[in-house]
Amino acid sequence: MNEATEQQHPIGIFLKVWLLLFVLSIFSYMVDYFQLQGYWRWSLILIFMVLKAALIMSVFMHFMWERFALQFILLTPLFAIAIFVVMMAWESDYIHWTRLAFLSFDSGG
Amino acid sequence: MNSTDAKTEVDAGRLSGMVTDWSADKQAFDMHWGKLMMWVFLLGDTFIFSLFLVGYMSVRMSAAEPWPPTSEIFAMELFGIHFPLLLIAIMTFILITSSGTMALAVNYGYRKDRKKTFLLILATALLGTSFVGLQAFEWTKLIVDEGIRPWGNPFGAEQFGAVFFMVTGFHGMHVTGGVIYLFIVANKVRRGGYDRDGYESVEIAGLYWHFVDLVWVFIFAFFYLW
Repeated sequence: MNEATEQQHPIGIFLKVWLLLFVLSIFSYMVDYFQLQGYWRWSLILIFMVLKAALIMSVFMHFMWERFALQFILLTPLFAIAIFVVMMAWESDYIHWTRLAFLSFDSGG
Repeated sequence: MNSTDAKTEVDAGRLSGMVTDWSADKQAFDMHWGKLMMWVFLLGDTFIFSLFLVGYMSVRMSAAEPWPPTSEIFAMELFGIHFPLLLIAIMTFILITSSGTMALAVNYGYRKDRKKTFLLILATALLGTSFVGLQAFEWTKLIVDEGIRPWGNPFGAEQFGAVFFMVTGFHGMHVTGGVIYLFIVANKVRRGGYDRDGYESVEIAGLYWHFVDLVWVFIFAFFYLW
């Protein structure tokens, strides 16, 4: 077991990631503060979200230092979620269309 | 050319490392059993929160009424200045700060620095407590002042309340549970229990706490900002 030696990471990288997370959080708040809309808003929200999530997981949760066997077993199931998101997006789009077509919201009841 | 060759080699090394791990005549995951089990639990929890967020996506995409403006609902006046989403931003910073203190606690734990580890976990737990406190304040404000209910609200699509209370409530429960968990671990650090049993338990508690922060990153992006 080389666990004890494996976990001795320099403190510096944690402080840097911490600072980076602060900066990224400020950026994502700025997206709302300056009321960006449309594709700018959505893409920036997603970019900052993915960067923050990646930093927390890879460094704070030590994921980047784990063996590939664990990384593989944890990341592959996420494809199921991605497929589910796509399927539910299609479905919801369809429900939205049926509501607009048959519930006539614009007539005021 | 050389660098790509080196990269391919590293990739092949990682993959063959996995084959070795699985085919060796011993446990496939060479780590503390509790850490592996925490990862398995967190993978399950990832699916639970993903289902909540996919459910949120579905009701929001299919809602015929306009979605309530979160930016304005969670806005606050401070010194006479109007800040959109201020409370949520503060909660986000509190949670990130707590994640940082927890990461340092794990690090000092492996250095067997008992006092620093204890103080850092304690700071994490207290920041978590203040997060839950702010959330209770936020819920009170929304229920009492804004009149938001799980079945309706004055701002638009009635599904908003159901999603809000379910998603943030479930996350808040995770934070509350995490705070209790951290207080227990902190107390054992203080008593020196991990000098005997090893400091892996601090890292395992850290995994849980970072995961709670990770989930908040997604809730913040999809529910509050989107």
